[in-house]
Amino acid sequence: MLRFVVRRLLLLIPVLIGLSILVFLWIRALPGSPATTLLGERATPEAIAAINEQYGLNKPLHVQYFAYVENVAQFDFGDSVTSRRPVIDEFGQRFPATIELAFAAMLFSMLIGLPLGFFAAKRYGGVLDQLSLVASLLGISVPIFVLAIILKFVFAVKLGLLPTVGRISVLINIDHPTNFYVLDALLAGDLEAFWDTLKHLILPAIALGSIPLAIVARITRAAVLDVQNEDYVRTARAKGVAPRTVDTRHILRNAMLPIATIIGLQTGLLLSGAVLTETVFAYPGIGTWLVEAIKARNYPVLQGGILFIALVFVLVNLLVDLSYALLNPRIRLS
Amino acid sequence: MRTKWHWLLPLLVAGVIGLAAGCGGDDDEEGTPSGTTAAETESSGGASGGTLVFAGASDPVVLDGALVSDGESIRVITQVFETLVALKPGTTEPEPGLAESWEPNDDGTVWTFKIRDGVTFHDGETLDAEAVCFNFDRWYNFEGPLQNPGATYYWQVVFGGFATFNKDSGAPEESLYESCEATDATTAVLTLTKPSATFIPALSQQAFSIASPKALQEFKADEGTVDADGIFSPSGTFGTEHPIGTGPFEFVSWTRNDRLVLKRYEDYWGDKAKLDELIVRPIADNAARVQALQTGEIQGYDLVEPQDIATIEADDELQIIDRPAFNVAYVGFNIAKKPTDDPKVREAIAYGLDRESVVDNFYSGRAVVATQFMPPEVVGYADDVPTYEYDPEKAKQTLTDAGYTLPVPLEFWYPTDVSRPYMPDPKRNFEAFAASLNKSGFKVTAKSAPWNPDYLGRANEGTAGNLRMLGWTGDYGDADNFIGTFFQTPQKAWGTTTKPLTEIQKLLNDAEIETEQSARESLYQEANRKIMTELPGVPYAHSKPALAFTAQVKGYVASPTTNESFASVSIEE
Repeated sequence: MLRFVVRRLLLLIPVLIGLSILVFLWIRALPGSPATTLLGERATPEAIAAINEQYGLNKPLHVQYFAYVENVAQFDFGDSVTSRRPVIDEFGQRFPATIELAFAAMLFSMLIGLPLGFFAAKRYGGVLDQLSLVASLLGISVPIFVLAIILKFVFAVKLGLLPTVGRISVLINIDHPTNFYVLDALLAGDLEAFWDTLKHLILPAIALGSIPLAIVARITRAAVLDVQNEDYVRTARAKGVAPRTVDTRHILRNAMLPIATIIGLQTGLLLSGAVLTETVFAYPGIGTWLVEAIKARNYPVLQGGILFIALVFVLVNLLVDLSYALLNPRIRLS
Repeated sequence: MRTKWHWLLPLLVAGVIGLAAGCGGDDDEEGTPSGTTAAETESSGGASGGTLVFAGASDPVVLDGALVSDGESIRVITQVFETLVALKPGTTEPEPGLAESWEPNDDGTVWTFKIRDGVTFHDGETLDAEAVCFNFDRWYNFEGPLQNPGATYYWQVVFGGFATFNKDSGAPEESLYESCEATDATTAVLTLTKPSATFIPALSQQAFSIASPKALQEFKADEGTVDADGIFSPSGTFGTEHPIGTGPFEFVSWTRNDRLVLKRYEDYWGDKAKLDELIVRPIADNAARVQALQTGEIQGYDLVEPQDIATIEADDELQIIDRPAFNVAYVGFNIAKKPTDDPKVREAIAYGLDRESVVDNFYSGRAVVATQFMPPEVVGYADDVPTYEYDPEKAKQTLTDAGYTLPVPLEFWYPTDVSRPYMPDPKRNFEAFAASLNKSGFKVTAKSAPWNPDYLGRANEGTAGNLRMLGWTGDYGDADNFIGTFFQTPQKAWGTTTKPLTEIQKLLNDAEIETEQSARESLYQEANRKIMTELPGVPYAHSKPALAFTAQVKGYVASPTTNESFASVSIEE
């Protein structure tokens, strides 16, 4: 097991090097530059030359790349062109926001998706099964921003129950030692702030969790359908094992393998930033950060941000692989 | 048993939402549709003015006027800092700011500013002439990356170069600034290297905000690191934690991507701010801003999209405030290129562009047809410039009289992937113009390129055909910043490097150094008449941006230059 983990972690090195080269070249292949984006109508040839000089963009590509790698090796990812703050600081502030949102969205999708898929399979062909199919199709096919706007309109504008933007009400002041606002509120012992941060998470989590919910529900249904017709389930039933025990210990546990895979992959996706959800809810996470960086040709943020995300994605996949061993003792990781 | 579980699922979801929503609701008013906030409700009974939450499109960059040119930074800087010259609210007309008065010498090279007495900075320091000169010397002595046009754009536009010249910096070599001397506590004498009158209105820009010298030094405003890419990042905390000026609001705190909090400065020299607190928060998405306004999470926002105006106006709880137009959209000609090198062809184009229908159809009623290259709010606007009503027959007649065989070919460029305040939908504007020109004896060849960088590059290099669509938003309220920018120096874009518009250039040069206001105004008016006779292009629209507020917000005076103070704003029941 340890050897497996170490080997996977070592594999990260070539992956990250290859990725950094690709990202580096890809960003520079985009039309435009920070100079033209910053200056707009005011971009005279002299001003563009000056900005390119300042940002080192007039040097040969390989010189720029090695200068970048040298800095990255010292954990210096450069400064954002637009905010002039270190990329690593911005990431440190935005990534917790994304984790918080991704976690809430996955929680929502699992809380609803797992039971929905499970009971749909148990009532195969019944009304609930049909309903779950419709719900899943809706979850996948309604664009997130449409769902988000409808949710906001109903729960915020019309009913006035929930907030529509941000992570916490601007009238609440708490310190943010971790930048996980829910956790910060708990650490501050401020119950009002805690509820407020939760309220700010509900609508974005539902909007963002709608697609994983649908996927989790469908996969769960398929996996449970497969497993519940297995011989050992029939044997267990024949032996008179209590239905609940059959469901949880024999069916669900064995159906969890594909479900865990899909949950892992979905979590990885959500962690790489939910552009639409973050934009519509003015939620300051990784997704909006990168989109703004693309618009502004903010090279340091793009390079740093994409590397971080790749790292996160690889690590999440590793965790998924590790979870297999826990779910199914027959799997040996080596 | 199991069938009952099915019904629990939706109930569970609804329950979680309801529980969380309900529990916090008593303590925190956010999310109520009434538009009131907790702080506001608490304070409404007393003499204090409550809290206003305003949404910008993004976070400010840094709160140091000298180093920024983005609107969100400038919005906050306007509240915290002040300049020697202010603008009358809602206009571009200069009025006394931190300087009570100013007087030039005979040739306009030495300007004596009388500094207002009894003004204190937020750190308790007194404003005097020395503090003013300290700021000017700071700007003039910027070095290294601070000389980059991206960092000190406005200094370079108004004063040109710095104390030391670095040819790689992009900054010009010559500077208009020579020295600043504090002859006594309330007198600052500014000496220029050549006569200039345009710099007075320019001093109202936030780039020339007077900051506390003590704070600038203590919090190391100019210190920072330059990374391998050459980006300057301030290491001091002046612009992020201690922006100390003399304005009606003082800085409290700034949580990035979340909120920036200001409070009323109690020792302000003028009329104190009515609000207790002003909170500015970033909401990038337009639809999110509208909904946040509807729920009362914010009480105002800028950059209202034309399509939202009807919704907001229809809601009794909300209001729209118009900002006067301060931009110009134009169809520019390359007068060095055939056939637009012929004044008769340019005249025919002017008759052939259906500007009125473009403004009526594509600006949602938020624009007026432009008659000249600057908006009516700017001094020097002439009411009697030659005008060219859309008249296809007259256009054809002009062309045939000049000996052309119809149709006359024109290469017409427009940008893609862009929406500017003065040109929300370039493609549709272009299509309408092309159609009207085709009816007027021309044959338009359509050419387009992505705005950034191809289109702007071509436009600047003069390789964007005969006609190009472009525009300009003013930096400050002076004609020099509009027609001076376009026509004072020869530019490849207009073809004026090959075919200079000498008369217009002379008028603009004279106006720049004329210190007598009415004489300046006449020179600019004459320049505008001349421009509309020579027709290096045809201006077509001045668009009016809008702000939205909840109905309870009163006293916001929108300014064409966006120098808007929240000091006069109050929230009424």
